[in-house]
Amino acid sequence: MFLAADRVSYTYNRRTGVEPVNAVCDVSVRIQRGSLTGLIGPNGCGKTTLLKLLAGVLAPDSGLVALDGRDLAGMSRRTVARRVAVVPQETHPAFEYSVIEMALMGRHPHLGPFQLEGPDDLAIAYEALAATGTAQLAERSYMTLSGGEKQRVVIASALTQTPEVLLLDEPTASLDLGFQIEIGLLLRRLNQERSATMVMATHDLNLAASLCDTLVLMRNGRVLASGNTREVLTSAMVRQLYDVEADVRVHELAGHLTVVPLGRIG
Amino acid sequence: MITLDSTDADGTPLKRRVVSSSIRGRLAATIAGFGTLAIATCALAPLVGTTPISLARALDPSIPFDQNVDAQIFFVARLPRVLAGALVGSTLATAGVVFQAMLRNPLATPFTLGVSAGASLGAMLVIVFGGVLTLGPISTVPAASLAGAAAATAMVYWLATRHGHALSTSVLLLAGVTLNSFLSAIIMFVQYFADFAQIYRAVRWIMGDLDVGGFDPLLASLPLAIVAFAMFALLPSSLNLLSVGKDAAAARGVDVARAQRLAFFSASVATAAAVSLAGPIGFIGIVVPHLVRLLVGVDHRIVLPASALFGAAFLVACDLLARTILAPVEVPVGVVTAMIGGPFFLWLLVRKS
Repeated sequence: MFLAADRVSYTYNRRTGVEPVNAVCDVSVRIQRGSLTGLIGPNGCGKTTLLKLLAGVLAPDSGLVALDGRDLAGMSRRTVARRVAVVPQETHPAFEYSVIEMALMGRHPHLGPFQLEGPDDLAIAYEALAATGTAQLAERSYMTLSGGEKQRVVIASALTQTPEVLLLDEPTASLDLGFQIEIGLLLRRLNQERSATMVMATHDLNLAASLCDTLVLMRNGRVLASGNTREVLTSAMVRQLYDVEADVRVHELAGHLTVVPLGRIG
Repeated sequence: MITLDSTDADGTPLKRRVVSSSIRGRLAATIAGFGTLAIATCALAPLVGTTPISLARALDPSIPFDQNVDAQIFFVARLPRVLAGALVGSTLATAGVVFQAMLRNPLATPFTLGVSAGASLGAMLVIVFGGVLTLGPISTVPAASLAGAAAATAMVYWLATRHGHALSTSVLLLAGVTLNSFLSAIIMFVQYFADFAQIYRAVRWIMGDLDVGGFDPLLASLPLAIVAFAMFALLPSSLNLLSVGKDAAAARGVDVARAQRLAFFSASVATAAAVSLAGPIGFIGIVVPHLVRLLVGVDHRIVLPASALFGAAFLVACDLLARTILAPVEVPVGVVTAMIGGPFFLWLLVRKS
């Protein structure tokens, strides 16, 4: 197994004991190399925490996360960051970095403490911008971009890390329909053409159904089900996850499962 | 490995862009430019004053030093003051850069977290109650202000790390602001017990003064400044990522807890070195970083060294103004920096909103 969490648990505020929150409880997931896995579940179900555990940004209280069979806990932050990149939900820098500066920050784990990026690093950053269709924005200030452009630049910055695994936290959450589709197509292209391994947390069941070959369904910090998208994404499962009655079927034109919510139960 | 080919999103070949200047070129140009400015300012500032002197005569080795009035004025009367300006200007400016990045707040200053209030209280206690106190060769006011700065730093650090080992920036800001006003209240209370002469000394100390009176105080502050700058050298690329966000920094390979600790302590040490030497000279830590960013962009690998050099030049120039603008009367340099910094600060706020 390429990236695997084995019975991991994580509790916020465990150290202080003030209002501890069990975010992730005894969770095991297995991510295949080259797969595109969707992480689905209601707000507060532990998706973001699980992503941070998979990225090694948080260390599990118990259990372990392994990349290629090696425990992340035994690796330095830099070593992990060379292989695993994260695209957070939103990125708000405190200063007016240019787009190319944002992208080049992805080279951080590859550079020594006093090393400045060279022509090769610059080429990697420009290629990442080109792959996300943002090369023409390179000299613009990141803050002046639209939400969709910003998200694509952040994805480019993650690609500049030249990672083996890309972890995305609701990459389309604040985007309009057009940008949602654009980001979706970009992710599929990166996954298919460059065989990038991706894990994407999302609230958008239709996006997940159209992109992901595998789904992990979470509720209350635990995994309810995981497996092939067409097998696990059922109306029974949607009911169990969200307390929502939904019609789940393969759309004739789209060619993938679609979820139409019909109403809330109870 | 996700490898990338050289085609654009729509499949057209990517024209490899020619970047006008690499980071290496920009860094070299910045250091050369600001370095020349700093050296020129420090060399020329001692020549100006109520008694005009000539650099050629001051440096003329054929005249014995005890007969060379120009050399005596240059090296004994004016150079320590100029070098103090350079040291204080560069430490406060860089401390400002580091705090702003670490707190993700462009309006933070070296004094935001209470270091200077702690130093002021320390100085005040010695000025008011320490009449008979001596520490042998060590001058008591700088030593006390250093102790006050250290106590304030330790207090804020303890508050911000109580809930785990990572620094919470919001708690840091809150603790700093609270400590600042609390310590100011204690300073007022201490002042209540002071006589007129003590209050005069205390107020002059708080205004900030670079007339350090010789090389000894400079040499006492220098080790702290060197320690701070050595720590700063490790920081710049982590500061870029910290200013983007903690999670983003961690995901790009920064050890966030370690980088924040390094940033907090290096900037606190730098501030303490500056304040114990010359009192809390305001606005340098915010005016210089912002001017530098307007000139060279926001990359901390360039902003940090540029601010160190420009901060030195800026404070030496402000002090030159303070010495000459109302000559023979000297204006406290803190008043000059406030006169320039206040409006600049307001302009920044207005521009932001």
